[in-house]
Amino acid sequence: MRPTRTSLCLIIAVLMASTSQAETKKPLVRVGSKAFTESVVLGEVLEHLIADAGGRPEHRAELGGTQVCWKALLSGDIDCYVEYTGTIQQEILSGESVRGDESMREALAKRGVTMSRHLGFNNTYALGMPEELAAKLNIRTISELAASPELPQLKMRFSDEFIERDDGWNGLRREYRLPEIAARGIDHSLAYRGLQSGSHQITDVFTTDAEIRLYNIRVLEDDRGYFPLYQAVLLSRADLQDRAPQVVQSLHRIEGLIDNAAMIDMNARAKLDRVDESRVAADFLKDKLNLSITLPGQGRSARLMQATHRLLDNLLQHLMLVSVSLIAAIIVAVPLGIISYYKPRLGRLVLNSVGIVQTLPAMAVLVFTIPILGLGAWPAIFALFLYSLLPIVRNTYTGLSDIPQHLRDSAMVLGLSPLARLRLVELPLASTSIMGGIKTAAVINVGTATIGALVGAGGFGQPILTGIRLDDFSLILQGAVPAAALAVVVQAAFGYAERWIIPAGLRVVAS
Amino acid sequence: MLELDQVTKSFGTQTVLYPTSLVVTEGTTTVLIGPSGCGKSTLLRMMIGLILPDAGTIRFQGEAFTAANQLALRHRIGYVIQDGGLFPHLSAFDNVALLARHLGRQPSWVKTRVEELAELVRLPQSALSRFPAQLSGGQRQRVGIMRALVLDPPLILLDEPMGALDPLVRYDLQNDLRDIFRTLKKSVVLVTHDMGEAGFFGDEVILLGSGRIVQRGTLNDLLKHPADEFVTRFIQAQRWVQSDDVNTSKGRHKGHSGEHSTLQHDKHVTSKPN
Repeated sequence: MRPTRTSLCLIIAVLMASTSQAETKKPLVRVGSKAFTESVVLGEVLEHLIADAGGRPEHRAELGGTQVCWKALLSGDIDCYVEYTGTIQQEILSGESVRGDESMREALAKRGVTMSRHLGFNNTYALGMPEELAAKLNIRTISELAASPELPQLKMRFSDEFIERDDGWNGLRREYRLPEIAARGIDHSLAYRGLQSGSHQITDVFTTDAEIRLYNIRVLEDDRGYFPLYQAVLLSRADLQDRAPQVVQSLHRIEGLIDNAAMIDMNARAKLDRVDESRVAADFLKDKLNLSITLPGQGRSARLMQATHRLLDNLLQHLMLVSVSLIAAIIVAVPLGIISYYKPRLGRLVLNSVGIVQTLPAMAVLVFTIPILGLGAWPAIFALFLYSLLPIVRNTYTGLSDIPQHLRDSAMVLGLSPLARLRLVELPLASTSIMGGIKTAAVINVGTATIGALVGAGGFGQPILTGIRLDDFSLILQGAVPAAALAVVVQAAFGYAERWIIPAGLRVVAS
Repeated sequence: MLELDQVTKSFGTQTVLYPTSLVVTEGTTTVLIGPSGCGKSTLLRMMIGLILPDAGTIRFQGEAFTAANQLALRHRIGYVIQDGGLFPHLSAFDNVALLARHLGRQPSWVKTRVEELAELVRLPQSALSRFPAQLSGGQRQRVGIMRALVLDPPLILLDEPMGALDPLVRYDLQNDLRDIFRTLKKSVVLVTHDMGEAGFFGDEVILLGSGRIVQRGTLNDLLKHPADEFVTRFIQAQRWVQSDDVNTSKGRHKGHSGEHSTLQHDKHVTSKPN
């Protein structure tokens, strides 16, 4: 589908209709979720609860991790999301010695954030073994496992992270006096398949993993309370109470509503049965609170329309991220390259700085910019802008430095002013190199723009992120293939544009 | 026209030019000659302000180079380097027209001027639309000379302009250039290391060695009365220069007779195998 004018108008019309007059009177409440299925399902649950209380929900789904969600909550880009007590302690309030929920609640309140009571489930590490085997050996707790005479015959394989973490295997082994194992990690999802195939009998699991139901795994009770608690809680902005008190009231219905079994069930439906998360959440609320929620049509043609629209949306968002950041980078980087060339000492500083900027992890840049730029396209554009600087600055500098001395002299002796020399001689001579830098930046940008999805900027990163989350290869391809194709198109477009920008004389071959 | 008074230049600890004075008289051609590294190019580059002297003064038509007037002074001096120094991104026409256009000359004026210069340097009009990479070495050099002449400057500086040309092309260009400079009554300073070219062009030949003027005068003076061993060796190093040539070139330096010069030029070439 080509982005014709008609289809663009259609999209705009649809967007405008969805935010019509009546809708705007309802209080807007924004929900966040992280890029894993449980978080997205819980985001959908919150969305339904908001809508049920007469609010206008907006779900910024699949954000790139705890820091992104937390910063977005503080900056007001989202109003609420589900977090885990262990994560709050380790990542949000790290450095403060909070003990217990009450002191945690107080510390958060100081930051303008309200923490709910537990939602009911605890998503932490545990040891799992096949139900049949566990029943046969009569093992229910980790202590019983440690005391079992069959222990030497049971093979254990754990994920890399579990082996490395402070609160993982090493501590657990000491706590329960378990035997040593070869410290060779295994991929988390492979660990489940290994349990099923019998290549090992014990592995680490997360207590709400969908696979627990799929592979019929018994989660061994942590009877000595070794693993930290990751109780799910709702974090919301304190000012939401003033803006939408009835919504807050509705949201609090989630407290104590979801036990481990219910969460495993919802995860399994979304991740394994591939049921739409919104549907999973709606069915759960219908079951527990008897809420009747009407979801948008899921007919075949409707879904096709949706898919086409999504592709087009992703394309437009992706192009927007790439082009805005690239144009800004050109405006800044070309002059920086010129300055670097004229002032070598300052130039070294500039080149080193943009080099260092290049090494900043994208996630760090995004997290740092959210408090200023909020969620959405701008932090992504800013990150892409930063990453575009190096190739353009460097190529501008190199292009100017590589001009042969005799041509520089020729321009001098004509009696051209420095500015005229730059405009008439030096920049045209450097244009091949400068264009090369811009082209490199553009192509890299098309690939890097997939990080935009981590902060809700959309683009082709969105299907990739969802695909990874759902283990859905075709969905990953829906983002990766168009992104790769776009990179090729951009490359070709620049090849074509060079004909207009690079002077003809630099392209002729001596006859 | 141009006066250099006690100019010196060092790069770091290395002195490339000891106190040197010279005067370029209006309408004459001065040749700076000497081995590589003798300071002749440094001297030429000083004359257009590419290099500033550490000490001493340079005056062009009575004016010293300053930051404020150097662009204006350069507009009154033409400068030609080896292979023309043409800008590869501009056509021959645009190379010649660049400065005039930048200074706001009318397009019609520029067009007329470029065409008239092409005729003067005997460049085919069809070559004007080509890029430097599409021109022959001799054509590039002719375009370089056109570019130097575009504003009709009274002084032309040439830095080994024929260095990259093959002998036959060089021969033609030497003839044409001398005719042009004489017809237009330009003051010329030419840097070369070719004694024959020095004699062919130069009213005054200045031989430099290790940053100093070793001897100055007509070519004849240098050949007949070498100031020291260095001059003798430098002359001998130009294998084909024989005393026959010295005799025939005698008359040339007294009057600017075209016949004599052509004769002398031919002699140089024919006497080569001796």
